[in-house]
Amino acid sequence: MTETYRYIGKPIPRRDAVDIVTGAAEYMDDRKFPGLLHGKVLRSPYAHARIKKIDKSKAEALPGVKAILTWQDIPDYRGGTPRNVRILDSKVRCVGDAVALIAAETEEIAEEALELIDVEYEVLPAVFDIDSALKPGAPAVYDEYPDNILPGGTIIYGPNCLKGVVRGDVEKGFAEAEVIAEGTFGYENIPNAIPPESVGAVAQWQDPDKVTIWGTSQAPYMDKVTLFHVFNRDVDIRSIGSHVGGGFGTKIQCWQVEAYAILLSKAAKRPVKVAFTKEEHIANFVLRLGSRIHARVGMKRDGTLTAIQGTWYVDTGYYSFTTQAQVAIGSGELMIMAQCPNWDLKNHIVVTNRNASGSMRGFGGQELKCSFIPLLSLAMEKAGLDPFEVLKKNFVKPGGGYYWRDGVFYNFRGIDFSKAMDKGAETFGWKEKWKGWLKPTAVDGVKRRGIGVGVHGNADIGEDASEAYVQLGYNGTATIFLCVAEHGTGQKSNYVKMAAEVLKIPPERISMTPADTLVTPFEFGPVGSRGTYAIGSAVINAAENARQQLLEMAAPKLGVTADELDTADGVVFVKNDRAKGIKWRMMGNDRTILGYGRFEPDFTMCNMMMSFVEVEIDTETGKVDLIRVVNATDVGKIIDPQGLEGQLNACFGTAGIDSAIFEETILDRRTGHIVNANMIDYKWRTFSELPVIDHVVLETPFPSHRFHAVGVGEIATSPGPSAVLMAVSNALGTWMHEYPMTPDRVLKALGKIGSKASGKGGTK
Amino acid sequence: MTIKKKNQKRKPVSNSSTIHLTVNGQAYSLNIGSRPGEVETCHTLSHTLRETLGLTGTKISCDNGACGACTVIMDGKAILSCKTLTVECDGKSITTIEGLRDAETGGLDPLQQAFIDNTAFQCGFCTPGMIMTSKALLNENPHPTEEEVKEALSGNFCRCVSHYQVVRSVMSVADKGRQQ
Ligand code: FES
Ligand code: FES
Repeated sequence: MTETYRYIGKPIPRRDAVDIVTGAAEYMDDRKFPGLLHGKVLRSPYAHARIKKIDKSKAEALPGVKAILTWQDIPDYRGGTPRNVRILDSKVRCVGDAVALIAAETEEIAEEALELIDVEYEVLPAVFDIDSALKPGAPAVYDEYPDNILPGGTIIYGPNCLKGVVRGDVEKGFAEAEVIAEGTFGYENIPNAIPPESVGAVAQWQDPDKVTIWGTSQAPYMDKVTLFHVFNRDVDIRSIGSHVGGGFGTKIQCWQVEAYAILLSKAAKRPVKVAFTKEEHIANFVLRLGSRIHARVGMKRDGTLTAIQGTWYVDTGYYSFTTQAQVAIGSGELMIMAQCPNWDLKNHIVVTNRNASGSMRGFGGQELKCSFIPLLSLAMEKAGLDPFEVLKKNFVKPGGGYYWRDGVFYNFRGIDFSKAMDKGAETFGWKEKWKGWLKPTAVDGVKRRGIGVGVHGNADIGEDASEAYVQLGYNGTATIFLCVAEHGTGQKSNYVKMAAEVLKIPPERISMTPADTLVTPFEFGPVGSRGTYAIGSAVINAAENARQQLLEMAAPKLGVTADELDTADGVVFVKNDRAKGIKWRMMGNDRTILGYGRFEPDFTMCNMMMSFVEVEIDTETGKVDLIRVVNATDVGKIIDPQGLEGQLNACFGTAGIDSAIFEETILDRRTGHIVNANMIDYKWRTFSELPVIDHVVLETPFPSHRFHAVGVGEIATSPGPSAVLMAVSNALGTWMHEYPMTPDRVLKALGKIGSKASGKGGTK
Repeated sequence: MTIKKKNQKRKPVSNSSTIHLTVNGQAYSLNIGSRPGEVETCHTLSHTLRETLGLTGTKISCDNGACGACTVIMDGKAILSCKTLTVECDGKSITTIEGLRDAETGGLDPLQQAFIDNTAFQCGFCTPGMIMTSKALLNENPHPTEEEVKEALSGNFCRCVSHYQVVRSVMSVADKGRQQ
């Protein structure tokens, strides 16, 4: 029984396609504002220091400078979780932390003024990683947290926010285990998603307490909410979204840069733009979480998990905003992939004197899994089990469940993903290629090949609330009111498709408001994989609600009841007698039909992505080449085939698979400077090195909304890195446990340079 | 400390010299100076196009010659407008993404159409640079191989990973050329 759709699943060009290919698509920095001032940030050269004195008099005297703000000039506005990070503080906590803000007539004047500010620092000792931060007597990044550990939990996930996983009886679980593996494994190369568009914002202050911001955020409504709290709930914020030049989860909020623009606009009484340079964006926006686990896993010889116990250390850099949320989601995500009756998984969120970590595709789960799967691999090797079979067996299935972010255990009501996994393995040729643990798939002269597999699933597909209005026009048109900024997934076009399908009018007859909080209802934003199910449901519900009002209006005119009616192409007609109909025009041009739709959070389903990778290693140079990737998933129903392909192709970019091969943020641990904060030294994959990628996408209907679809885009990056680690280990015949697999590490493992790298784990 | 974006120091220039540019077929005379609407000696071509001429289709990502987002065609060659000083462009003819439509009909360039047909973009921020690089390649070599297309685009960063669809788009135009 397959339903036939007019628009769903059909390749329809994106609504913004012509704008994008002609350069007309408007991103934040393309907007024009009369009288615009340019803001710049004076940044700290030290990783940890007290500001003893700031003299801004010379800078203020420079013609064209309109405002200079230091910590002494602004109220005690704070962000972060907990809310302890002052926008400007008397102390700096990482290299590049903000010391002063300047607004001037031109960027050049603002830059010149930066150099005229004299700052006297008292340099303090700093901590740059988990080990140094947790050493007894280590310098405290915040006086409030002398042991450099932040409290867990985030208020937005409620009072019982998931802070770890405790379930069953781990002692019993380990007693039942036939194999136990234990060790310390990390994913600590803090790669950067680097959206091409740097973060920025324009703010226009209006006395006494209003401000409008035009940001680069992928979730403009949440900027309004976040900033409302940052500004002590006494500023009324209107947030307007633009086209977003990539977000990848990092632009879930851009409060840092928006706060600067707002403060400067208030001080200068003019609109102010603060747009980070790429170097600032890379060095001073957000990185991935640093992740390390010390844990034990127990397993039966048939791959059944019996116990998972350990501590997850999360390095959040100099502050966190979403880290506690990522820890909650990441822990839940581990349960999704590792169905096990006995758990004791704790965590510590550690602050260090390097740039902050934040939200990014994979949202904690990628980071945790990249640390956990290497541990699980030791157990699988010990038991002589094929990792594909073990990952398939332990992924959540109907009848299973997991704790989710609010601390509640959810019984899973999604589908069995085994079919998609099997199809993926078949497409990849897993069974033919798998030769056993630490065995290469092929050896040809100096080249060795190896394969690996990883899996990820996220129950965020139904997270958080969404709201939409759909207004019907008497001439057979409709308008969607929705606060979504298009950040590349094509979802704005998909919402139009969904509404078009419900109303049975062509997508061209549907308009959409800009993402403007003054106009639209609440929207959490297209973050994670919630776009399809959560936001889609709000739009569908709003369209259905409007449609129902329309049918009820037409019913007396046609002498029938509303449930005898249907509508298509701007005509309401009697289902059994299509000749009997009336145009939408019957509503008159002095009336509005406005449908309202809301989505209530639903944590009972997740998505799934399994990635199979094959690498080829040159044992002379140590270079690892990614030659083949197969991604397998089941999305319920494909809404937009081309957009889906794009999202899945993204598996290696945005701090995904390539974070296991060459992507890393390199921190000088003596000074705290990031030495590759530019796009030449931060490595990214070019057109010349594209692997062969295939996607297996099944369409098993989900009990989600009327199109039975769920989103999957976010998680494309997540299963890959640990799969690469596995593939390289297999190719080399020795365990590789550090990301990324640089030629240096490979050659060390081969004993060709330095000392032979060894894994930190062990087995029973 | 972050790397300084511009190595050129701001030098206020008072003598009014003028530079002449042709952009998308339109002639511009711009004064060199530090008043609004003038070109400072430190201004890059990308800055002048976007801020002085209002042609914001050209994107700036790295502003440092690494990513290709700012690519425009100057006298037939693809160049990085963020690494080109405007004062060095006197007498040059420049085509930006806004200038690709057919001047008479307003129709899209076949390459632009191919990018739409193949959805060769996600966020679209790299797209103007991708199209201009590909356009310059096809002007020089109307029938490139797939390897040549990849080579030409190897300096263009796309974080969304639209590479596969971009290659497909360029090849579809190249193949059409081949059949004629
Ligand atoms: S912006 Fe010019 S090369 Fe990156
Ligand atoms: S489409 Fe987003 S960077 Fe290329």
